[in-house]
This record gives sequence, C-alpha cells and structure tokens, in this order.
Amino acid sequence: MKILVGVKRVLDYNVKARVKADKSGIELANVKMSMNPFDEIAVEEALRLKEAGHADEVIVLSIGSSQSQETIRTALAMGADRGILIETDERHEPLGIAKLFKHVVDKESPGLVVLGKQAIDDDANQTGQMLSALTGMNQATFASKVEVDGDHLKVTREVDAGLESIRVALPAIVTADLRLNEPRYAKLPNIMKAKKKPLEVIAVGDTGVNVASGLSVVEVNEPPKRDAGVIVGSVAELVDKLRNEAKVIH
Amino acid sequence: MSILILAEHEGGELRAATASVVTAATRIGGDVHLLVAGIDVGAVSAKAATLEGVDKVLVCEDAAYEYELAENLSALVVKHAADYSHVLLAATAAGKNVMPRVAALLDVSGISDITEIKSDDTFVRPIYAGNALATVKSSDAVKVIGVRATAFDPAPEGAASAAIEAIDRAETDAGVAFVGQELSDSDRPELTSADIVVSGGRGMQNGENFSMLDDIAGKLNAAVGASRAAVDAGFVPNEYQVGQTGKVVAPNLYLAVGISGAIQHLAGMKDSKVIVAINKDEEAPIFQVADYGLVADLFDALPELSAALDAG
Repeated sequence: MKILVGVKRVLDYNVKARVKADKSGIELANVKMSMNPFDEIAVEEALRLKEAGHADEVIVLSIGSSQSQETIRTALAMGADRGILIETDERHEPLGIAKLFKHVVDKESPGLVVLGKQAIDDDANQTGQMLSALTGMNQATFASKVEVDGDHLKVTREVDAGLESIRVALPAIVTADLRLNEPRYAKLPNIMKAKKKPLEVIAVGDTGVNVASGLSVVEVNEPPKRDAGVIVGSVAELVDKLRNEAKVIH
Repeated sequence: MSILILAEHEGGELRAATASVVTAATRIGGDVHLLVAGIDVGAVSAKAATLEGVDKVLVCEDAAYEYELAENLSALVVKHAADYSHVLLAATAAGKNVMPRVAALLDVSGISDITEIKSDDTFVRPIYAGNALATVKSSDAVKVIGVRATAFDPAPEGAASAAIEAIDRAETDAGVAFVGQELSDSDRPELTSADIVVSGGRGMQNGENFSMLDDIAGKLNAAVGASRAAVDAGFVPNEYQVGQTGKVVAPNLYLAVGISGAIQHLAGMKDSKVIVAINKDEEAPIFQVADYGLVADLFDALPELSAALDAG
C-alpha cells in the first residue's frame, strides 16, 4: 500500500514567536523555519511501516509557499519516495487543508495517511480528524503506538487519563503524538539523493478545491505579561508566604 | 441563539471540563442544551440538569457511545446540531478528537481551544504555544468550538433542574472498535482540574525521586505533573506532561520543581494563579514567571518543605 504523510513548514520550535507590530500575525521574515515536529514523527512512522514491509511507497504532501519544497526535501532525505506540493501563498484554515488532502487522497488512494497531531504554529489539532470525516476513513489520533494487523491497525492513543487502544479498519488516518517514535536524522548522501526524487508542484487554484473559510483572524496580540515575583530565602519563608500572603495553602 | 454542548463523563460523574464549557456557553448567551451520550447515564444526566445555565439535557442511552469513539459521537452531534447556532466541546483529548469532525461534517471551520469570548462570533485563542493570542471571527452559520476548560470557572450546581429529553441515536461506524485502556491509578485529583499542582522536571534526575513530589502532593491534596523533559527522559508517563504538547493547567498554586521553564512548558501553566519555582539555577527562565522563587537544591528543599507542611 501507499502511505501519504503531511508535512508543514513552521517557525522552528526553538525560535520565540514575535507578534508583528501591526498585529496581523507572527513575524516570519528572516527567521528559521523547520518541519513541524509532529510531522517529523509522522514521516518516521511511515518510513518504519515501509521498512517493516507494510507499505511500498511513502508520499509526502505539503501545502504552503514555494519554500515548503525544502520541507518536502527534508522528508525525502529521511527516506520518503516522492513529494507533492500544493502551492499557495495564503494561510488556510484546517478545513481547507483537509479538503486539499482529500483531493490528493482521491487521486492517490493511500492505504494509510499519517499526519502530526497538530502544527506548532496555529496549534489547531484539527486536520487529521477533518480529513477522516471528509473521506470516511477511520481515525486514530494522538497515536503513541501503531501495529498493523492484517487489514486493520491497532493503535495506542494518548488520552487525558492514560492510554487507550482502538482498532480501526484500513484505509485509515493516524495522527502522531510525541512518543510514537524518535525521528531519524537525514544522512548527507541521502540529502543529495533526495534532490533527485520526484516532487510535483500543483497550484492551489488548479485543484478545483474550495478552500474558502468562514473564520478570519481579526488581530494577534502578545499575551499579558506576569509581574515579576520575589525570591525567597528559605523553605520556611516560602511556606509562610504561601500560607499568609498568597493564602493558597493551609 | 441556542448552544449545544457535548458533555463528557466518566464513572457516573460529569467531567469538570464540561461544567466549564457550560460557563463559556452562558457567556455567549442563548439556550444551553447539554448532550449526554453513553450507557447508564441516568445519574449523570440528572446531575447535568442541575448545572446553573443549562436549559435542557438531551440524553442518548446507547452502547455505541460507551467509549468515546469520535466517529460515533460526531455523527450523533451532527444529527442533532441542525437548530443550533453554536456547538461547544471541551478542548480535552476526547473533545479534540470529536470537535474537528463535527465542524468538517457541517462544512464549517472549527475554532480550537478558545480562552475568551468577545461576542457571539468573536473569540480569543492562544497560538504558538501561548506566545500569542489570536482574536478570530466566524461568519459560519454554526460555530463549532473547542473550549479550554481552565479559562472558565466551572458552572455550579443550582437548586433548579432542567428538563431531560431522550434523543435518537445516529448511524454508527463499523470500522472502529475500542480495544482497551490503561489508566493511571491515582487517588489524587485529576491534573487539569486540581487546585494545586506539583510538577517535576529534568532536575528530579529519575523516576524514583518523583516519590518526593508524591509525598508533598499528598499533603496538599495536589496532582503531580511533569515537564516534557522529564517525560522524554522516561521519569514519568506522558499523562503527567504539562505544556504545549501535554496538558494545560491553571490551578490556584503551581509548584515547579527542577523545571527550567522552557517556552513549551510555560504555555501549559502560566495562567496558574500563584506560581512557585524551586531550582538551583538562579538564571532558569521559570523564575521570570514565578510569584515566589527559591534558589535551592531540590534534594534539600523538598524534605524541608515536606516537614514544614507537617508542622502547619
């Protein structure tokens, strides 16, 4: 089967996000951009499933500006087979992104789609679930373990109170949580090889998909700052402050 | 306007997050209906009906909803969503699993993790791990929203009781089945609803040392949490994780022990009322958000703290 993986180019997770002066969003000019960390985990999982003989091709899809080709090349250097970029300079809501993914799913008929559980820019945590709803493929979100069982997957999921496991029929959609795996680093020879792997670029307008959204961003602000606190000299002073000043313990 | 809330419950009790979603709904305004689905939900429904602000409880008693399978719950919500202006869910692991499906099936944008309500169509939500707050406006006919429970006080139980009405089940999905679960067994309060949270970081050095935090948490009736670094190092399981990639908490007191204060951790706890940091590195960023900081070796400070709490 084919596995389709989604990758998003986002502000590197080590870079502090700064709000633009005109409050229209986050400053992304001249800052380091990287693959969304959850998507790296998704790519790794797809590669491991292929290496274990469960898949014969790993296709990487990104939706974004032309620079997202770099993100796709990173996934190809990790070992994915080919890439697709749906090129757009607009920011789309997860609903539009899920519809574009469905467009590719309809064309490629993957047996499995693996996505990160959320992107660390918008923190929406929606695309995988929406794609499942739109395609009718079952979903296994926040996965920490994926086992292939014939034409089903057994997936262990991170839930608030611990772990849950579910069984879903293939084709299915898995979204990766942090502990699913440790992504590999691309080796130099593979980075060179990745440059020759096929990468198809499709203009968003040529997909015929309606990506319009009813949601718009009015403004983006800095969060309120917390006032600096005090340094206490001892445990006794700390306990005294918590009891008698903050009154949060008895 | 009318608002439909998908209730979450467990072991015959409503989850606290649902009561917070009710408060968010009353801020939007209009009739508030709470949908309770599952098996043996009579007691939960009766309790839900007493929450202040709830006008009606819709009950669907059916084995299809015994486990929180997203395919089945979203189909149920969508089947009954037609007459509502808003559909609200808690932004918990269970709620996040369902909310985007409901939105996609209604062909509207989902609005994740709101922390503030500006009006019936304008909401504030954190982005970039809480490093920025986006104000978003929806023109969709139905607003499908995930509510960050810690941003809203839970609705109290009132004297009156709302009407309870049985509703029809929806089509179920044969492609998904619940297999099992491994829940952490703890007598402690749940992390996201605890009044006090005691969290450890990489400075704890190993999992065994978390027993020192357990001891203090026991004395304070607190929940125990951890930083991502502590989880990644294998000291404690992932359900302890507080942060952008874990749980968001906002207790009255958050005690951060041996936690440096990475951006991603701060995103999960900086709305706590009082923050205490114990760290031997006085340069640790956690001190910039702490109301009370103690620069000390935690292996000296924790036994002292434990003794001081006994003396109280």
